[in-house]
Amino acid sequence: FPAELPPLPARSALSAAEILRYSRQLVLPELGVRGQLRLARSSVLVVGCGGLGCPLAQYLAAAGVGRLGLVDHDVVETSNLQRQVLHGEARRGRPKARSAAAALRRLNSAVQYVPYRGALRPRSALRLVRQYDIVADCSDNVPTRYLVSDACVLAGKPLVSGSALRLEGQLAVYNYRGGPCYRCLFPEPPPPDTVTNCADGGVLGVVTGIIGCMQALEVLKIASGMGSSFGGYMLMFDALEGRFRNIKLRPRKADCAVCGDNPSVTCLQDYEAFCGSSATDKCRALRLLPSGDRVSVQQYKELLDARVPHVLLDVRPQVEAEICRLQHALHIPLRSLEEKDEQALQRLQKRICEEKQRTDDQTPLPVYVVCKLGNDSQKAVKILQELPAEEFGSVLAKDIKGGLMAWATKIDSTFPQY
Amino acid sequence: ESFPLSVLVHCFYFRGGAELLFDGVKKHQVTLPCQPEPWDIRNLLKWIKQNLLKERPELFLQGESVRPGILVLINEADWELMGELDYKLQDQDNVLFISTLHGG
Ligand SMILES: [Zn+2]
Repeated sequence: FPAELPPLPARSALSAAEILRYSRQLVLPELGVRGQLRLARSSVLVVGCGGLGCPLAQYLAAAGVGRLGLVDHDVVETSNLQRQVLHGEARRGRPKARSAAAALRRLNSAVQYVPYRGALRPRSALRLVRQYDIVADCSDNVPTRYLVSDACVLAGKPLVSGSALRLEGQLAVYNYRGGPCYRCLFPEPPPPDTVTNCADGGVLGVVTGIIGCMQALEVLKIASGMGSSFGGYMLMFDALEGRFRNIKLRPRKADCAVCGDNPSVTCLQDYEAFCGSSATDKCRALRLLPSGDRVSVQQYKELLDARVPHVLLDVRPQVEAEICRLQHALHIPLRSLEEKDEQALQRLQKRICEEKQRTDDQTPLPVYVVCKLGNDSQKAVKILQELPAEEFGSVLAKDIKGGLMAWATKIDSTFPQY
Repeated sequence: ESFPLSVLVHCFYFRGGAELLFDGVKKHQVTLPCQPEPWDIRNLLKWIKQNLLKERPELFLQGESVRPGILVLINEADWELMGELDYKLQDQDNVLFISTLHGG
């Protein structure tokens, strides 16, 4: 990360060009020249240049914030473009922090942009956060959320935090005017297998857009001196119901590990260990099965070519099977297997029976299980291994490592990736 | 004296959706039966486990409370302000369970 940044100069007046540019907001008595001058002297650190960070940075740049720090370790991918609206098609493969800075510079060249091409790390986070006035958490994972929050408490900076998934979003302002921090609300991280990210759960771009814009609004209110409405409150947005809820949060907790009266967290820690999950992996690769119970996509392709009798079981949710599928696969969602859905099990039994007629019936019939990435398929194999042999005959369940996305990258490049 | 309570239990639960845990239904207007001791959140959680949770209660509960990462709101306020597990439910109360989101 670059060296210390010089402080933004204090200004006593706006230029004629600035007056013209910001005229529509200058005439608002709540902002006025005084608020605009405060904005011009404010610096905001944006952690994550994705679905939340893009709209947030766009509105902050347009409004004339003095300096924007842009942190992101990732590069622009095609599946980002649906919601990460600063990155265009031509930017694919480029670092997001630089892509965002380039797009913002076209919008407002008077703002200083400082792209940081790397993940926020415990080693460097505090030094970085100390150089900014306000921090916006636009990240996409649990360890980073704890890291950003702790860094803001230790550096004494307000944190405007947004998150979104599927058709819902949340916003809160932490460590602001004596209010609670993220840890006051969530002293313990959630168990890793209860956390869903946007890659797995999906998200509508306009939902991250709404929450990112709400974050930008609260940053602008804090920076210009209006003050945030969300200190001690959380906003919940349900896009399907079209409903916003304002929830009154607990006050700062005296026994909070970081902002409490006797804090045990006085320097930044290993947040990936604390949360049991990675801050940079897009997908968690589970390892539930021994390697003997798994095959690679190459191995599966070979036995498919050799016409080895088997059943291919696709356990993805219905909505994903409608996107793309292997035609010879039997589709039964993992959930139906977990619920021991009778109709689903009968379909499986029937297919196994049909396939067994092609064999000598002496050896167990292989059942290969596939999903998108190879996590759910392992869970399904475990369920299949428990099925009663008297009903299903002897079968040998294995999962296909890496799932259909590995099939698309290694075997069949025409198979859609999502 | 005790009366059945009508309580609105609203679950914002993700990870495979509320559908996985609560059969896809977000809003549950539940009528809690009469019982000798007053209904509190501790009892409500037990009742939910027995009556609403279809499977894998560990994704929702931990011990006698909710698991980390779920925020409980009573009438749109953090349950911490209301006495947490000891809050005594009133007729027409609104209880929300929200799993925090981390995506962006
Ligand atoms: Zn705290």
